[in-house]
Amino acid sequence: MDIHEYQAKEILARFGVPVPRGGLAYSPEQAGYRARELGGSAWVVKAQVHSGGRGAAGGVKFCRSADEVHQFAGTLFGRQLVTKQTDANGKGVYRVWVEGASDIAKEMYLGLVLDRKSERIMIVASAHGGMEIEDLAEDDPDSLRRMTVDPAVGLTEFQARELAFQLGLKGGQVAQMVTILRACYRAYRDLDAVMVEINPLVITGTGDLVALDAKMSFDTNALFRQPQIAELRDRSQEDPRESMAGDHGLSYVGLDGDIGCIINGAGLAMATMDMIKLAGGEPANFLDIGGGASPERVVRAFRTVLTDRNVSVILVNIFAGINRCDWVAQGVVQAYKEVGLTLPVVVRLAGTNVEEGKAIIAGSGLPLIAADTLAEAAAAAVAARPRAAA
Amino acid sequence: MAILITKETRIIVQGMSGRIGGFHAADMIKHGTCVVGGVTPGKGGEVHLGLPLFNTVREAVEATGATASLVFVPPPFAADAIMEAADAGIQTAVCVTDGIPSQDMMRLKRFLKRYPVERKMRLIGPNCAGVITPGVGFMGIMPPHIYMPGRIGVVGRSGTLGYEAAAQMKVLGIGVSTSVGIGGDPINGSSFRDILELFEADEDTDAVMMIGEIGGPQEAEAAAYARDHMKKPVVAYIAGLSAPKGRKMGHAGAIISAFGESAQEKVEILAAAGITVAPDPSSMGVTMARVLEMRAAA
Repeated sequence: MDIHEYQAKEILARFGVPVPRGGLAYSPEQAGYRARELGGSAWVVKAQVHSGGRGAAGGVKFCRSADEVHQFAGTLFGRQLVTKQTDANGKGVYRVWVEGASDIAKEMYLGLVLDRKSERIMIVASAHGGMEIEDLAEDDPDSLRRMTVDPAVGLTEFQARELAFQLGLKGGQVAQMVTILRACYRAYRDLDAVMVEINPLVITGTGDLVALDAKMSFDTNALFRQPQIAELRDRSQEDPRESMAGDHGLSYVGLDGDIGCIINGAGLAMATMDMIKLAGGEPANFLDIGGGASPERVVRAFRTVLTDRNVSVILVNIFAGINRCDWVAQGVVQAYKEVGLTLPVVVRLAGTNVEEGKAIIAGSGLPLIAADTLAEAAAAAVAARPRAAA
Repeated sequence: MAILITKETRIIVQGMSGRIGGFHAADMIKHGTCVVGGVTPGKGGEVHLGLPLFNTVREAVEATGATASLVFVPPPFAADAIMEAADAGIQTAVCVTDGIPSQDMMRLKRFLKRYPVERKMRLIGPNCAGVITPGVGFMGIMPPHIYMPGRIGVVGRSGTLGYEAAAQMKVLGIGVSTSVGIGGDPINGSSFRDILELFEADEDTDAVMMIGEIGGPQEAEAAAYARDHMKKPVVAYIAGLSAPKGRKMGHAGAIISAFGESAQEKVEILAAAGITVAPDPSSMGVTMARVLEMRAAA
């Protein structure tokens, strides 16, 4: 689960990371007011959306007057900000962060991530910051410093010191960096984060370290014990179809194709999408109905898939273990009637209660296309597309 | 012999008195699995499914001689239940639970390292379908009737894709020695490489079907192991050729977030290590059949 930059800064500041003074605005007027309240002669206005690449997308501006702050914020509110990390719809701007401008002498990179190889928290840092970590890894891989933290001991001071010296920090900056590293590690560990990123971490004109931007992402599996983090969830930044599906126990990811998929199991769902692609089609979505799916949940899956107007055919592929083919078949028949389906539907059932399931499909009197294997199902779905015939 | 589960494996179920744990434990018993008891803190002394319940894993091990545990404990408490099993001397734990926080897994993996090799517990999962030795028994949630006893080891992250592979092979008359689901989480117990090692040493396994997916470094590690240490052939399939970068595809671990984690890159790494990669998910069975024929002819 992602949160906004200003929320990440507030959290990290509580753990001891120095951040610039700033204020949140829900309207252009409030943004101008924040600038006056903060004082000074220069501000940075930043659109708060769950995405990187905001600067390049026109979501961040350096302003020289409170009026300019007001004016620029006016162009942001209500806008869909399209960055290179978002889809073509972009993300809606409903909050704006106004910050006193910092005097930047140098930009560095600091990130904490879950390293799957060592199965530990890994700290990644570079003396060169400001660009995306992917670009940094490509353009300047030698500048990246990495270390992992033993979960039984935590981040030791000597490790943090080593990293500070590797980054070329001097004098009082070393102690500041040690404080920042330990604060980020504690925030990561105590709040069940999966990612903390400060990019850029800057050295100011006076030689002090400040977190100019911050990003945090959290483990959704741990939200049950992090209620204060769970509250930060911002549905306006989510794909409404994906959050609706999630509320109903379905795992859904919208894609660009036209073959709607209803499948059980993440692996089989990915494999079915692959099979569709190899058969010459494009999947419209990833959808895992999960285990023990009732007919009602299957109906819900149909409704979710049909919210995507690109869908021209639906492929149901179930290999039932803890699911039951007869329940799924009942759900398909029910969905056909309740939703008033007019699209072709291909159904492939295998596993637990398969004969009962197939009998329900065959006896339904509905124009359902039955398939026995994965390959047949994908080929039938591709062939059933109205566009394929045209 | 097969791996992980034999006729002699005495199994307890942690969380057996729960609705889901009880349902699957009953199915395991029905199919001849040697389940000897259950553990539910606070229900020690009660009887469930005709078997004794214990308050702690240690008591269960002492009373029943259990060496394996199936963990059906809800996510907030699952990591603790697994550590309890390790401390009580269980040799193999299988955890089906989906949704364990990753920091719990981090601590758990660190905890398992404190034991000397000879009494270090092997963890399968979490977020997996379990382990089945067809005709002998199973620990998990798979439908046992789709498996035919045989001599091919199966290891995969996804449960349903493992069923698909077993079913495709069954149609061709190829059976399974043991099938292991290692689960879809970013941090898991046994890796692909760990299970390949067991299959390579197993007298009852002739070849291995490995079913990977996008995300993480484990397929690449397994490829290097197969190239350097295995005599038995490995057939692989990697799911997620059409998955976009940076999106989580159902499994918490199925996300392309680094170099070498896409399906295309993994296929190249596996092929370069001499592993035969099935071109699509419907040809896992035929690809295995072809590899076995070539072996027989050679």
